[in-house]
Amino acid sequence: MPEAVRSGTALLEVRDLRVSLGRARRKTEILHGVDLDVAAGEIVGLIGETGSGKTTLARSILGLGVRGSGALATGRITVDGTDVTSLSPARLRAFRRGGTVQYVFQDPLRSLDPDLTIAASVAEGLRVRGGLDRAEIRERVAESLDLVGVAPALASRRPAELSGGQRQRVAIARAMVLEPRLLICDEPVSALDAASRIQMLDLILRLRDTRGIGVLFISHDLGSVAGITDRVSVLYRGDLVEQASTVELLAHQQHPYTRLLIGSAPTLTSGAADRVRRSELRAELAALEAAALESAAR
Amino acid sequence: MAEPHASGALVVARDLTISGPEGDLVHGISFALERGGALGIVGESGSGKSLTCRSLLGILPPGVAVTGGSIELDERDVTNLSYRDWQGIRGTEIGAVFQDPGSYLNPGIPVGKQLTEVLRVKLGMSRREVSAKAIESLGALGLRAPEIVSLQYPHELSGGMLQRVLIAIALAESPRVLIADEPTTALDVTVQAEVLDVLADLRERLDLAVILVSHDLAVVAQVCTEIVVLKDGMIVEAGPTARVLGDPQHEYTRLLVDNHARYGIERYLSPELADA
Repeated sequence: MPEAVRSGTALLEVRDLRVSLGRARRKTEILHGVDLDVAAGEIVGLIGETGSGKTTLARSILGLGVRGSGALATGRITVDGTDVTSLSPARLRAFRRGGTVQYVFQDPLRSLDPDLTIAASVAEGLRVRGGLDRAEIRERVAESLDLVGVAPALASRRPAELSGGQRQRVAIARAMVLEPRLLICDEPVSALDAASRIQMLDLILRLRDTRGIGVLFISHDLGSVAGITDRVSVLYRGDLVEQASTVELLAHQQHPYTRLLIGSAPTLTSGAADRVRRSELRAELAALEAAALESAAR
Repeated sequence: MAEPHASGALVVARDLTISGPEGDLVHGISFALERGGALGIVGESGSGKSLTCRSLLGILPPGVAVTGGSIELDERDVTNLSYRDWQGIRGTEIGAVFQDPGSYLNPGIPVGKQLTEVLRVKLGMSRREVSAKAIESLGALGLRAPEIVSLQYPHELSGGMLQRVLIAIALAESPRVLIADEPTTALDVTVQAEVLDVLADLRERLDLAVILVSHDLAVVAQVCTEIVVLKDGMIVEAGPTARVLGDPQHEYTRLLVDNHARYGIERYLSPELADA
């Protein structure tokens, strides 16, 4: 990784992001003032349990909101120097079409149109953005599929005819064809088998190294996070409870949830002592929660 | 692992062959589970691990059947039992939980009631007895405030809580064997550990024998003392967990262990492994 690329200024800056659902008395806050940075050439992991707000955070970056809920977000989000929170809806749509930020989701069967061929799916973003003729689009699509290692013969197939690993590569090709600066991967390997998972992680690393993109890598799979991220943020019930370099976080965990998370990752050798340790950590977390509830009630 | 021909084992599969309309899916596999033992069956999707489990429960899908070999439960040959005979075995002698616990519960009935129904119908307990027993068994599975949990609906509970409710239902009639087929696959890592810890704990406390099926070696290693590695319907390797994982003999097992080593968490946590 060249120094010049990695030490770039923050590509993504999230400041005091609060997201809440509902109105007035029935309002529930999902994210309680989150700060997060991703620099160019950096892979930042975001880990946390289901419902901790990981996906909400990711979706808020491009103002996608929380599906059909009328969620309300406050705070400031800057992407590559553009304050996206201050953009008008029309300008935000234009910014999305520009392709600076691209998403890859867990299940490519749901993110790829089942009726479109692979080539058409990858070309879609370019067509929407405009400015290229057919031959240029075809060329870019071929380059992008080549970049992620999808054979040209698969370009005329449809998503259902591909394996899970191939589909996820296509989802990445579809994102990379727009030459994004920031790739947001939301559980990109969770639905894949071990072999495809490793290939996918290698691919993401390679894209970072060759293209200098920033990556926000969301996962509950610690093995993957440990393997490819430079820094990790831990989200617990809507709060970032811990942020550190990956090496540092694996060596010393500050918050009991992080300790439990790391202690819960199955290893080939764990035994009864690990079980006792986890049970203690669960009790510690439960006590923290009880204390938080009590202070909220006061 | 106990020899398949040894007597006294709780579950024995001898040369078990399972076939579908297009040919054999499981090719003459043999294994045995001791009383209070824990056997892990590991393999990728399509390896035949779930079919093997289903054959032990008499619930093979339509068109798929045991076509060779035998299955014994507690020294009784159950290979060719009728539907009616199986009903007397499932639940009482062998229980099971599966992936995606939410889909096995009725969304419109509080979970405690779903558990008490089983107790009432199967064990003939009175209404008063069953609700106390339900709360007791939910508490025994490490659910905090079981009297509240039992009044909640499935959508109000996390995946790990739902799986524990299903384990409570599976164990309602005190079977001596529990089959857990990918019980933690859709769950978060902390919740996965909770469920696996519950299984390990049940083994110790109740002397419950467990068959745990997973595509993940490390998951199986949390609970099981014996491992069978399946590939394309055949056993490629079997033996004590520490030996199979520590010194894998078959190329495929080595591949699975290597895959885990490459992106598992261990090498980031213990320096001596990272250097290896």
